[in-house]
Amino acid sequence: MKEYQDRKLTVAPSPHIGSPVGTRAFMLDVLIALVPALAMGIFFFGPRALALTAVSVLGCEVFEGLYRLALKKPGSGGDLSAAVTGVLLAFACPVSMPYWIILIGDFFAIVVVKQLFGGLGKNFLNPALAGRVFLSLCYLPEMTLWIRPGTKFWLGLAQTGADGVSTATPMADLHNGVLPWMGTSGVRLHDMFYGNIGGCIGEVSALALLFGGAYLVLRGVIHLRIPAAYLGTVAVLAYATAPLTAASQWVLVQLLGGGLMLGALFMATDYVTTPCTPWGEVLFGIGCGILTVFLRVFGGVEGVSYAILLMNVCAPLLEKFTRPRRYGAPKGRRKKEEKGGGEK
Amino acid sequence: MNIGKQIKGGLLTRNPVAVRLVGLCAAVAVTTTLLNGLGMGLCVTAVLILSNGILSALWFYLPQRLRTISAIMVTAALGGAADLLIQAFFPALAGELGLFLPLVPVTVILLGGAGTYAYENTVASSMLEGLCQGLGYTLVLTLAGFLRELLGKGSFGFGFLEGGQGIRLFPEQYAALGLNGPVGGFLALGCVAALVQYFNGRPKRTKKKEKEGAKG
Repeated sequence: MKEYQDRKLTVAPSPHIGSPVGTRAFMLDVLIALVPALAMGIFFFGPRALALTAVSVLGCEVFEGLYRLALKKPGSGGDLSAAVTGVLLAFACPVSMPYWIILIGDFFAIVVVKQLFGGLGKNFLNPALAGRVFLSLCYLPEMTLWIRPGTKFWLGLAQTGADGVSTATPMADLHNGVLPWMGTSGVRLHDMFYGNIGGCIGEVSALALLFGGAYLVLRGVIHLRIPAAYLGTVAVLAYATAPLTAASQWVLVQLLGGGLMLGALFMATDYVTTPCTPWGEVLFGIGCGILTVFLRVFGGVEGVSYAILLMNVCAPLLEKFTRPRRYGAPKGRRKKEEKGGGEK
Repeated sequence: MNIGKQIKGGLLTRNPVAVRLVGLCAAVAVTTTLLNGLGMGLCVTAVLILSNGILSALWFYLPQRLRTISAIMVTAALGGAADLLIQAFFPALAGELGLFLPLVPVTVILLGGAGTYAYENTVASSMLEGLCQGLGYTLVLTLAGFLRELLGKGSFGFGFLEGGQGIRLFPEQYAALGLNGPVGGFLALGCVAALVQYFNGRPKRTKKKEKEGAKG
């Protein structure tokens, strides 16, 4: 045991210098970047938004701890990745959600999607998104009940959807092919930007999410490639599929509506479930954009979560296709090398 | 052939659904309740035992090139008989299984490998193999059906307990309705397959741990 500590000379393979920046530091940055969105969520939906997020974080950390304990693995609650999953899952749920439902979502995200496949770094789907999709499959009425934003309509901590005043979201109008300020929700464009609309806790305020995203980019936690490719593709396709009269406004509604900002900035940039090659990231973003618009325009559903999950599954394939050329290797030989590698 | 090994093979190491992954289509579709899973499993088991026995008895008279087609014919005949018998005696179960009752012969052919085992072994051994594989199939389907019924409907024993309503374990509003669809089938089968794999891998794992312990 620890023989090497007594030796005067150690011989070890590189790398020799470690960095203090680990999973925990990155996850802490992501949590900090999510604070503005949470603040806006609390501002529009009241203290229940905070309570729901706290329950979700606690649930994720407890499930992770219990699973690691049950399987006698070293605990991994300290790296905060479960906390990020908890926050993102709560952000992707309406504020009126009963607490027990979000705990089921936490269980599915942490135990089934993440830990059963080996824990952080080995899950093939984004846990928070998979949890959200599972909840919308199993508890659809609760997942699609949108409470009106504003102090007057705040829910008490123990109240659920039946006690609140519900409203239509801009996405409902979008699916009907009308601009929100002409449709049933009556929402204006600046409301959509600030977040004064019905929707999930963390997705409503594009402004706060953009702040958080900018923080992550400046801190070097995420690259701009995926969000830029994702949002750019959605913008182009939204322009192409818009009704003839108001194409540019239609593009803005598509960009600001639904979970697109939250998905593009925080969920599609998950390290584990996205490609790690630069061109792979770009293709990943483009694929997400195409699927999102396709599902929104032709499927009549908010497609962000499904789009990102589908592209998560494609991530290994994209990595394989976009493997960078080895430095100094001749250009034409790449395909042969890959074939040789495959046979081994 | 070692009988204990055959039984263990059918239930665990060569389990048709959890390890060999055959007959998944019917398995995903019929495991909505405990009773459906059990009924389909027992039906497949009965047909598998008989078809394995008959094919094993016939192998000497069949030229090589006719073996696959005769396996299909024998299984289809027995499966058709099973279909009619269930419709006559358990009409409720037939209604629940619906389209997947005619799929019994298909499942049997997949499970029995179109009689490959039967052609190479004695009648008794083939029938035992059919029994073991069928029980393995039934085990997985019953467990998956139990899981899906419990979480997706909140009841236990739907269709035969408490006058067909089953014993309600928690109110239906708390049930995860998504598990009644195909998604639930894949999730439940995946969980049961993981469980079977856990039992398969256990002896190896303990040995490995002992080795690691010795090193440390």
